Amino acid sequence: MSFDVPDDRRYLESHEWTTTDADSVRIGITDFAQDELGDVVFVELPAEGDELERGEEFGVVESIKAVSDLVSPVSGTVTAVNEDVFDTPELLNQDPYGDGWLLELEPSDPDFDALLSPEGYRAQIE
Amino acid sequence: MPVEFDSIRTEHTAVRESAGIFDVSHMSEIRVSGPDATVLMNRLVTNDVQELDVGDTQYACITDSDGIILDDTMVFRLPDDEDGPQYLFVPNAGHDVEMYTRWTEYRDERGFDATVHDATEEWGMLALQGPDAPQLADDATEGRATDIDRFEAGFLDVAGVRCYVSRTGYTGEDGFEFLVPWADVETVWSAFDCQPCGLGARDTLRLEMGFLLSGQDFDPETEPRTPYEAGVAWTVDLGTEFVGRDALERADREGVEERFRGVKLQQRGVPREGYEVVDSDGDHLGHLTSGTMSPTLGEPIGLGYLSEAAPSGTRVRVVVRGEPKQATVVTPPFIDT
Repeated sequence: MSFDVPDDRRYLESHEWTTTDADSVRIGITDFAQDELGDVVFVELPAEGDELERGEEFGVVESIKAVSDLVSPVSGTVTAVNEDVFDTPELLNQDPYGDGWLLELEPSDPDFDALLSPEGYRAQIE
Repeated sequence: MPVEFDSIRTEHTAVRESAGIFDVSHMSEIRVSGPDATVLMNRLVTNDVQELDVGDTQYACITDSDGIILDDTMVFRLPDDEDGPQYLFVPNAGHDVEMYTRWTEYRDERGFDATVHDATEEWGMLALQGPDAPQLADDATEGRATDIDRFEAGFLDVAGVRCYVSRTGYTGEDGFEFLVPWADVETVWSAFDCQPCGLGARDTLRLEMGFLLSGQDFDPETEPRTPYEAGVAWTVDLGTEFVGRDALERADREGVEERFRGVKLQQRGVPREGYEVVDSDGDHLGHLTSGTMSPTLGEPIGLGYLSEAAPSGTRVRVVVRGEPKQATVVTPPFIDT
Protein backbone atom coordinates (compact mmCIF):
# COMPACT_ATOMS: atom_id res chain seq x y z
CA MET A 1 0.00 0.00 0.00
CA SER A 2 1.38 3.38 -0.89
CA PHE A 3 0.54 6.60 0.91
CA ASP A 4 0.32 10.14 -0.35
CA VAL A 5 3.25 12.33 0.84
CA PRO A 6 3.01 15.74 -0.89
CA ASP A 7 6.35 17.33 -1.87
CA ASP A 8 5.39 20.84 -0.73
CA ARG A 9 5.36 20.06 3.02
CA ARG A 10 7.52 18.97 5.92
CA TYR A 11 6.79 16.17 8.37
CA LEU A 12 7.21 14.86 11.90
CA GLU A 13 8.02 11.26 12.75
CA SER A 14 4.74 11.29 14.68
CA HIS A 15 2.88 11.75 11.34
CA GLU A 16 1.94 15.43 11.37
CA TRP A 17 2.56 17.72 8.37
CA THR A 18 3.11 21.45 8.02
CA THR A 19 3.16 23.77 5.03
CA THR A 20 6.32 25.88 4.73
CA ASP A 21 5.38 29.56 4.33
CA ALA A 22 7.30 31.50 7.01
CA ASP A 23 4.34 33.87 7.61
CA SER A 24 1.56 31.35 8.06
CA VAL A 25 1.42 27.55 8.07
CA ARG A 26 -1.27 24.96 8.06
CA ILE A 27 -0.82 21.72 9.99
CA GLY A 28 -2.56 18.37 9.90
CA ILE A 29 -2.04 14.60 9.98
CA THR A 30 -0.68 12.50 7.15
CA ASP A 31 -2.40 10.01 4.87
CA PHE A 32 -0.45 7.24 6.61
CA ALA A 33 -1.69 8.44 10.03
CA GLN A 34 -5.35 8.53 9.01
CA ASP A 35 -5.06 5.05 7.52
CA GLU A 36 -3.47 3.67 10.69
CA LEU A 37 -6.14 5.25 12.86
CA GLY A 38 -9.10 4.14 10.75
CA ASP A 39 -12.48 5.89 11.02
CA VAL A 40 -11.78 9.21 12.79
CA VAL A 41 -14.69 10.13 15.08
CA PHE A 42 -13.44 12.94 17.31
CA VAL A 43 -10.90 15.76 17.22
CA GLU A 44 -9.87 18.01 20.12
CA LEU A 45 -7.94 21.18 19.21
CA PRO A 46 -6.66 24.32 20.93
CA ALA A 47 -8.38 27.70 20.47
CA GLU A 48 -7.40 30.63 18.31
CA GLY A 49 -4.73 32.71 20.06
CA ASP A 50 -3.17 29.75 21.88
CA GLU A 51 0.61 29.46 21.76
CA LEU A 52 2.16 26.15 20.70
CA GLU A 53 5.72 24.92 21.01
CA ARG A 54 7.32 22.64 18.46
CA GLY A 55 7.09 19.05 19.76
CA GLU A 56 4.26 19.93 22.15
CA GLU A 57 1.10 17.82 22.31
CA PHE A 58 -1.64 20.22 21.30
CA GLY A 59 -4.69 18.04 20.84
CA VAL A 60 -6.13 14.60 20.32
CA VAL A 61 -7.56 12.68 17.42
CA GLU A 62 -9.69 9.63 18.16
CA SER A 63 -10.83 6.92 15.82
CA ILE A 64 -13.26 4.13 16.69
CA LYS A 65 -10.35 1.97 17.79
CA ALA A 66 -7.64 4.35 19.04
CA VAL A 67 -6.70 7.61 20.75
CA SER A 68 -3.72 9.53 19.38
CA ASP A 69 -2.01 12.70 20.57
CA LEU A 70 -1.29 15.47 18.08
CA VAL A 71 2.20 16.98 18.10
CA SER A 72 2.97 20.42 16.71
CA PRO A 73 5.66 20.56 13.98
CA VAL A 74 6.24 24.30 14.59
CA SER A 75 6.17 26.89 17.39
CA GLY A 76 3.73 29.74 16.99
CA THR A 77 0.33 31.28 17.61
CA VAL A 78 -2.90 29.63 16.48
CA THR A 79 -4.57 31.94 13.95
CA ALA A 80 -7.33 29.63 12.69
CA VAL A 81 -8.97 26.37 13.73
CA ASN A 82 -10.69 24.10 11.21
CA GLU A 83 -14.05 23.83 12.93
CA ASP A 84 -15.40 21.62 10.13
CA VAL A 85 -13.51 18.68 11.62
CA PHE A 86 -15.57 18.89 14.82
CA ASP A 87 -18.82 18.18 12.97
CA THR A 88 -17.25 16.05 10.24
CA PRO A 89 -14.20 14.31 11.69
CA GLU A 90 -14.18 11.91 8.72
CA LEU A 91 -12.63 14.81 6.73
CA LEU A 92 -9.32 13.62 8.24
CA ASN A 93 -9.83 10.27 6.49
CA GLN A 94 -11.17 11.68 3.25
CA ASP A 95 -8.77 14.55 2.66
CA PRO A 96 -5.96 14.69 5.25
CA TYR A 97 -3.88 17.26 3.32
CA GLY A 98 -6.85 19.38 2.21
CA ASP A 99 -10.25 19.77 3.91
CA GLY A 100 -9.01 17.72 6.86
CA TRP A 101 -6.41 20.32 7.94
CA LEU A 102 -6.39 21.12 11.66
CA LEU A 103 -4.82 24.50 12.52
CA GLU A 104 -3.26 27.58 10.97
CA LEU A 105 -0.32 29.06 12.88
CA GLU A 106 1.81 32.14 12.68
CA PRO A 107 5.25 30.62 13.24
CA SER A 108 7.38 32.33 15.88
CA ASP A 109 10.66 30.74 14.73
CA PRO A 110 10.22 29.24 11.28
CA ASP A 111 12.84 26.49 10.92
CA PHE A 112 11.49 23.93 8.49
CA ASP A 113 14.89 22.31 7.92
CA ALA A 114 14.65 20.71 11.36
CA LEU A 115 11.66 18.69 10.11
CA LEU A 116 11.58 15.57 7.94
CA SER A 117 11.67 16.16 4.20
CA PRO A 118 9.06 14.33 2.07
CA GLU A 119 11.80 11.81 1.11
CA GLY A 120 12.76 11.34 4.76
CA TYR A 121 9.15 10.80 5.80
CA ARG A 122 8.52 8.39 2.90
CA ALA A 123 11.54 6.38 4.01
CA GLN A 124 10.13 6.25 7.56
CA ILE A 125 6.72 4.85 6.58
CA GLU A 126 7.95 2.42 3.94
CA MET B 1 -7.93 -12.07 12.87
CA PRO B 2 -6.97 -8.51 11.95
CA VAL B 3 -8.53 -5.50 13.68
CA GLU B 4 -10.06 -4.44 10.37
CA PHE B 5 -10.19 -5.56 6.74
CA ASP B 6 -11.72 -2.37 5.30
CA SER B 7 -12.90 0.08 7.91
CA ILE B 8 -14.61 -0.70 11.19
CA ARG B 9 -17.56 1.47 10.14
CA THR B 10 -17.96 -0.35 6.80
CA GLU B 11 -17.74 -3.76 8.42
CA HIS B 12 -20.07 -2.80 11.27
CA THR B 13 -22.69 -1.42 8.88
CA ALA B 14 -22.52 -4.55 6.71
CA VAL B 15 -23.39 -6.71 9.73
CA ARG B 16 -26.27 -4.45 10.79
CA GLU B 17 -27.70 -4.07 7.27
CA SER B 18 -26.66 -7.16 5.26
CA ALA B 19 -24.03 -9.63 6.49
CA GLY B 20 -20.43 -10.04 7.56
CA ILE B 21 -18.14 -12.94 8.35
CA PHE B 22 -15.63 -13.16 11.20
CA ASP B 23 -12.83 -15.66 11.79
CA VAL B 24 -13.10 -16.24 15.54
CA SER B 25 -10.80 -19.25 15.62
CA HIS B 26 -9.06 -17.71 18.64
CA MET B 27 -11.97 -19.05 20.75
CA SER B 28 -11.33 -22.23 22.79
CA GLU B 29 -13.29 -25.49 22.56
CA ILE B 30 -13.53 -28.13 25.30
CA ARG B 31 -15.58 -31.34 25.00
CA VAL B 32 -16.91 -33.17 28.05
CA SER B 33 -18.31 -36.70 27.81
CA GLY B 34 -18.77 -39.85 29.88
CA PRO B 35 -21.31 -41.03 32.45
CA ASP B 36 -20.66 -38.05 34.79
CA ALA B 37 -20.43 -35.37 32.07
CA THR B 38 -23.68 -33.66 33.15
CA VAL B 39 -22.82 -33.48 36.84
CA LEU B 40 -19.27 -32.26 36.09
CA MET B 41 -20.58 -29.49 33.82
CA ASN B 42 -23.20 -28.47 36.34
CA ARG B 43 -20.63 -28.15 39.14
CA LEU B 44 -18.50 -25.77 37.09
CA VAL B 45 -20.90 -23.47 35.23
CA THR B 46 -23.54 -21.19 36.78
CA ASN B 47 -26.42 -22.28 34.55
CA ASP B 48 -28.26 -25.62 34.67
CA VAL B 49 -27.08 -27.77 31.75
CA GLN B 50 -29.80 -30.32 32.61
CA GLU B 51 -32.18 -27.95 30.84
CA LEU B 52 -30.41 -28.67 27.55
CA ASP B 53 -31.77 -31.16 25.04
CA VAL B 54 -29.50 -32.39 22.24
CA GLY B 55 -28.93 -29.43 19.91
CA ASP B 56 -29.65 -26.76 22.55
CA THR B 57 -27.19 -24.01 23.45
CA GLN B 58 -26.88 -22.05 26.67
CA TYR B 59 -24.90 -19.04 27.88
CA ALA B 60 -23.23 -19.47 31.26
CA CYS B 61 -20.55 -18.09 33.54
CA ILE B 62 -17.69 -19.97 35.16
CA THR B 63 -17.16 -18.63 38.69
CA ASP B 64 -14.69 -19.22 41.51
CA SER B 65 -15.78 -20.09 45.06
CA ASP B 66 -16.37 -16.37 45.77
CA GLY B 67 -18.77 -16.14 42.83
CA ILE B 68 -16.31 -14.07 40.78
CA ILE B 69 -16.58 -14.63 37.02
CA LEU B 70 -13.48 -16.35 35.62
CA ASP B 71 -14.86 -16.56 32.09
CA ASP B 72 -18.15 -16.71 30.21
CA THR B 73 -19.02 -19.37 27.68
CA MET B 74 -21.56 -20.92 25.39
CA VAL B 75 -22.43 -24.53 26.27
CA PHE B 76 -23.62 -26.83 23.48
CA ARG B 77 -25.22 -30.20 24.11
CA LEU B 78 -23.83 -32.47 21.41
CA PRO B 79 -25.55 -35.68 20.29
CA ASP B 80 -25.36 -38.36 22.99
CA ASP B 81 -22.79 -41.12 22.74
CA GLU B 82 -23.01 -44.61 24.29
CA ASP B 83 -22.26 -43.16 27.77
CA GLY B 84 -24.94 -40.47 27.63
CA PRO B 85 -24.87 -36.69 27.16
CA GLN B 86 -21.85 -34.93 25.63
CA TYR B 87 -21.15 -31.22 25.92
CA LEU B 88 -18.93 -28.74 24.16
CA PHE B 89 -18.19 -25.37 25.69
CA VAL B 90 -16.37 -22.42 24.20
CA PRO B 91 -14.19 -20.44 26.63
CA ASN B 92 -12.66 -17.18 25.44
CA ALA B 93 -9.30 -16.86 23.71
CA GLY B 94 -6.39 -18.04 25.83
CA HIS B 95 -8.59 -19.66 28.50
CA ASP B 96 -8.47 -23.23 27.19
CA VAL B 97 -5.62 -24.55 29.34
CA GLU B 98 -7.02 -22.85 32.46
CA MET B 99 -10.49 -24.34 31.87
CA TYR B 100 -9.19 -27.77 30.86
CA THR B 101 -7.18 -27.85 34.11
CA ARG B 102 -10.16 -26.63 36.14
CA TRP B 103 -12.40 -29.35 34.71
CA THR B 104 -9.91 -32.22 35.03
CA GLU B 105 -8.80 -31.27 38.57
CA TYR B 106 -12.39 -31.02 39.77
CA ARG B 107 -13.21 -34.34 38.08
CA ASP B 108 -10.24 -36.05 39.74
CA GLU B 109 -10.99 -34.57 43.19
CA ARG B 110 -14.55 -35.84 43.06
CA GLY B 111 -13.78 -39.10 41.32
CA PHE B 112 -16.20 -38.34 38.47
CA ASP B 113 -16.21 -40.63 35.45
CA ALA B 114 -15.89 -38.11 32.63
CA THR B 115 -13.58 -37.42 29.70
CA VAL B 116 -12.45 -33.81 29.22
CA HIS B 117 -10.84 -33.04 25.88
CA ASP B 118 -9.26 -29.73 24.89
CA ALA B 119 -10.20 -29.49 21.19
CA THR B 120 -8.97 -25.91 20.73
CA GLU B 121 -6.21 -26.99 18.32
CA GLU B 122 -8.65 -29.08 16.26
CA TRP B 123 -11.43 -26.59 15.62
CA GLY B 124 -11.54 -23.20 14.00
CA MET B 125 -14.63 -21.01 14.29
CA LEU B 126 -16.35 -18.68 11.85
CA ALA B 127 -19.24 -16.33 12.62
CA LEU B 128 -21.64 -15.33 9.85
CA GLN B 129 -23.78 -12.48 11.16
CA GLY B 130 -26.42 -10.07 9.91
CA PRO B 131 -29.94 -9.98 8.49
CA ASP B 132 -28.79 -11.68 5.26
CA ALA B 133 -26.94 -14.43 7.15
CA PRO B 134 -29.86 -16.93 7.05
CA GLN B 135 -30.10 -16.68 3.26
CA LEU B 136 -26.33 -16.94 2.80
CA ALA B 137 -26.18 -19.92 5.15
CA ASP B 138 -29.09 -21.63 3.39
CA ASP B 139 -27.45 -21.07 0.01
CA ALA B 140 -24.35 -22.88 1.28
CA THR B 141 -26.24 -25.80 2.90
CA GLU B 142 -29.02 -26.67 0.43
CA GLY B 143 -31.48 -24.82 2.61
CA ARG B 144 -30.70 -26.74 5.80
CA ALA B 145 -29.19 -23.93 7.89
CA THR B 146 -32.51 -22.27 8.72
CA ASP B 147 -33.85 -25.59 9.99
CA ILE B 148 -31.74 -24.62 13.00
CA ASP B 149 -33.72 -22.26 15.24
CA ARG B 150 -32.26 -19.37 17.24
CA PHE B 151 -29.96 -20.64 20.03
CA GLU B 152 -29.96 -24.18 18.66
CA ALA B 153 -27.23 -26.14 16.87
CA GLY B 154 -26.52 -29.17 14.69
CA PHE B 155 -24.11 -30.74 12.20
CA LEU B 156 -24.22 -29.48 8.61
CA ASP B 157 -22.04 -29.79 5.51
CA VAL B 158 -20.71 -26.50 4.15
CA ALA B 159 -18.68 -26.70 0.91
CA GLY B 160 -18.20 -30.40 1.59
CA VAL B 161 -16.92 -29.77 5.12
CA ARG B 162 -18.75 -31.21 8.13
CA CYS B 163 -19.32 -28.32 10.56
CA TYR B 164 -21.06 -27.95 13.90
CA VAL B 165 -23.37 -25.00 13.32
CA SER B 166 -25.15 -22.94 15.98
CA ARG B 167 -27.60 -20.12 15.39
CA THR B 168 -25.81 -17.86 17.83
CA GLY B 169 -23.48 -14.87 17.78
CA TYR B 170 -22.01 -11.85 19.52
CA THR B 171 -23.49 -9.02 17.44
CA GLY B 172 -27.20 -8.92 18.29
CA GLU B 173 -28.06 -9.90 14.71
CA ASP B 174 -29.41 -13.19 13.42
CA GLY B 175 -26.61 -15.46 12.27
CA PHE B 176 -24.60 -18.61 12.68
CA GLU B 177 -21.35 -19.77 14.22
CA PHE B 178 -19.53 -22.61 12.50
CA LEU B 179 -17.11 -24.91 14.28
CA VAL B 180 -14.87 -26.07 11.45
CA PRO B 181 -11.98 -28.58 11.38
CA TRP B 182 -8.86 -26.41 11.52
CA ALA B 183 -7.56 -27.42 8.06
CA ASP B 184 -10.88 -26.52 6.39
CA VAL B 185 -11.44 -23.03 7.80
CA GLU B 186 -10.44 -21.32 4.56
CA THR B 187 -12.76 -23.52 2.48
CA VAL B 188 -15.77 -22.68 4.65
CA TRP B 189 -14.79 -18.98 4.86
CA SER B 190 -14.78 -18.84 1.04
CA ALA B 191 -18.27 -20.37 0.85
CA PHE B 192 -19.82 -17.08 1.98
CA ASP B 193 -19.74 -14.05 -0.29
CA CYS B 194 -20.02 -11.20 2.19
CA GLN B 195 -18.02 -8.53 4.03
CA PRO B 196 -14.98 -9.90 5.90
CA CYS B 197 -14.95 -8.37 9.38
CA GLY B 198 -12.23 -7.96 12.00
CA LEU B 199 -11.90 -7.63 15.76
CA GLY B 200 -12.68 -3.89 15.66
CA ALA B 201 -16.20 -4.38 14.29
CA ARG B 202 -16.71 -7.38 16.56
CA ASP B 203 -16.07 -5.03 19.48
CA THR B 204 -18.30 -2.15 18.32
CA LEU B 205 -21.14 -4.58 17.49
CA ARG B 206 -21.06 -6.26 20.90
CA LEU B 207 -20.71 -2.88 22.63
CA GLU B 208 -23.95 -1.62 21.06
CA MET B 209 -25.66 -4.70 22.51
CA GLY B 210 -24.04 -4.35 25.95
CA PHE B 211 -22.51 -7.84 25.67
CA LEU B 212 -19.67 -8.50 28.11
CA LEU B 213 -16.09 -8.87 26.89
CA SER B 214 -14.10 -11.34 28.99
CA GLY B 215 -10.85 -9.88 30.34
CA GLN B 216 -12.17 -6.35 29.93
CA ASP B 217 -15.70 -5.97 31.35
CA PHE B 218 -14.88 -8.66 33.90
CA ASP B 219 -11.56 -10.21 34.87
CA PRO B 220 -10.74 -12.09 38.08
CA GLU B 221 -7.57 -9.98 38.55
CA THR B 222 -8.37 -6.50 37.25
CA GLU B 223 -12.19 -6.32 37.32
CA PRO B 224 -13.48 -9.01 39.72
CA ARG B 225 -17.27 -9.13 39.37
CA THR B 226 -20.12 -11.49 40.14
CA PRO B 227 -22.77 -12.31 37.52
CA TYR B 228 -25.17 -10.09 39.52
CA GLU B 229 -22.90 -7.07 39.20
CA ALA B 230 -22.22 -7.89 35.53
CA GLY B 231 -25.92 -7.92 34.67
CA VAL B 232 -26.04 -11.61 33.78
CA ALA B 233 -27.98 -12.89 36.82
CA TRP B 234 -30.11 -14.85 34.35
CA THR B 235 -27.16 -17.22 33.79
CA VAL B 236 -27.20 -18.21 37.49
CA ASP B 237 -29.33 -21.16 38.58
CA LEU B 238 -29.07 -21.31 42.38
CA GLY B 239 -30.91 -24.65 42.27
CA THR B 240 -27.69 -26.37 41.18
CA GLU B 241 -24.51 -27.02 43.22
CA PHE B 242 -21.89 -25.16 41.17
CA VAL B 243 -18.64 -23.73 42.53
CA GLY B 244 -19.51 -20.21 43.73
CA ARG B 245 -23.16 -20.97 44.38
CA ASP B 246 -23.16 -20.15 48.11
CA ALA B 247 -21.38 -16.84 47.58
CA LEU B 248 -23.83 -15.95 44.83
CA GLU B 249 -26.84 -16.87 46.96
CA ARG B 250 -25.56 -14.34 49.51
CA ALA B 251 -24.97 -11.76 46.77
CA ASP B 252 -28.50 -12.35 45.48
CA ARG B 253 -29.91 -11.81 48.99
CA GLU B 254 -27.78 -8.80 49.88
CA GLY B 255 -27.86 -7.02 46.54
CA VAL B 256 -24.94 -5.33 44.79
CA GLU B 257 -23.26 -1.95 45.22
CA GLU B 258 -22.38 -1.48 41.57
CA ARG B 259 -24.01 -2.77 38.43
CA PHE B 260 -23.01 -3.03 34.76
CA ARG B 261 -24.68 -0.13 32.91
CA GLY B 262 -24.46 1.83 29.72
CA VAL B 263 -23.75 5.54 29.34
CA LYS B 264 -24.43 7.81 26.38
CA LEU B 265 -22.43 11.00 26.09
CA GLN B 266 -24.33 14.20 25.28
CA GLN B 267 -21.12 16.08 24.52
CA ARG B 268 -18.42 15.39 21.96
CA GLY B 269 -15.85 12.82 22.99
CA VAL B 270 -15.34 9.09 23.11
CA PRO B 271 -15.85 7.11 26.32
CA ARG B 272 -12.99 4.66 26.90
CA GLU B 273 -11.97 1.90 29.29
CA GLY B 274 -10.86 3.27 32.65
CA TYR B 275 -12.65 6.64 32.50
CA GLU B 276 -14.26 7.71 35.78
CA VAL B 277 -17.97 8.45 36.06
CA VAL B 278 -19.02 11.13 38.58
CA ASP B 279 -22.20 12.92 39.62
CA SER B 280 -22.91 16.63 39.10
CA ASP B 281 -20.93 17.42 42.29
CA GLY B 282 -17.93 15.51 40.97
CA ASP B 283 -18.43 12.61 43.42
CA HIS B 284 -17.38 9.15 42.25
CA LEU B 285 -20.14 6.91 40.85
CA GLY B 286 -18.08 4.28 39.03
CA HIS B 287 -15.90 3.70 35.99
CA LEU B 288 -16.10 2.50 32.41
CA THR B 289 -14.72 -0.82 31.19
CA SER B 290 -15.47 -0.34 27.46
CA GLY B 291 -16.49 2.44 25.11
CA THR B 292 -16.59 3.64 21.55
CA MET B 293 -18.33 5.87 19.05
CA SER B 294 -21.40 3.80 18.12
CA PRO B 295 -21.29 3.40 14.33
CA THR B 296 -25.04 2.71 14.21
CA LEU B 297 -26.13 5.67 16.36
CA GLY B 298 -23.28 8.07 15.62
CA GLU B 299 -23.24 8.69 19.37
CA PRO B 300 -20.51 8.03 21.96
CA ILE B 301 -21.41 5.04 24.15
CA GLY B 302 -19.76 3.33 27.09
CA LEU B 303 -20.20 0.35 29.40
CA GLY B 304 -19.07 0.06 32.98
CA TYR B 305 -19.88 -0.40 36.62
CA LEU B 306 -21.94 2.32 38.28
CA SER B 307 -23.29 2.74 41.79
CA GLU B 308 -26.83 1.53 42.37
CA ALA B 309 -27.43 5.21 43.26
CA ALA B 310 -27.20 5.96 39.51
CA PRO B 311 -29.91 3.87 37.84
CA SER B 312 -30.99 4.16 34.24
CA GLY B 313 -31.95 7.73 33.33
CA THR B 314 -29.53 9.39 35.79
CA ARG B 315 -27.60 12.40 34.46
CA VAL B 316 -23.91 11.81 35.13
CA ARG B 317 -20.50 13.01 33.93
CA VAL B 318 -17.83 10.94 32.24
CA VAL B 319 -14.37 12.35 32.92
CA VAL B 320 -12.50 12.53 29.61
CA ARG B 321 -8.86 13.63 30.04
CA GLY B 322 -9.80 15.63 33.14
CA GLU B 323 -12.91 17.19 31.66
CA PRO B 324 -16.33 16.06 32.95
CA LYS B 325 -18.67 15.51 29.98
CA GLN B 326 -22.43 15.20 30.30
CA ALA B 327 -23.86 11.73 29.90
CA THR B 328 -26.98 9.71 30.73
CA VAL B 329 -27.13 6.26 32.27
CA VAL B 330 -28.96 3.73 30.11
CA THR B 331 -29.68 0.03 30.26
CA PRO B 332 -28.17 -1.70 27.23
CA PRO B 333 -28.73 -2.64 24.48
CA PHE B 334 -28.20 0.79 22.96
CA ILE B 335 -30.01 -0.22 19.76
CA ASP B 336 -32.99 -2.35 18.72
CA THR B 337 -32.08 -5.21 16.43
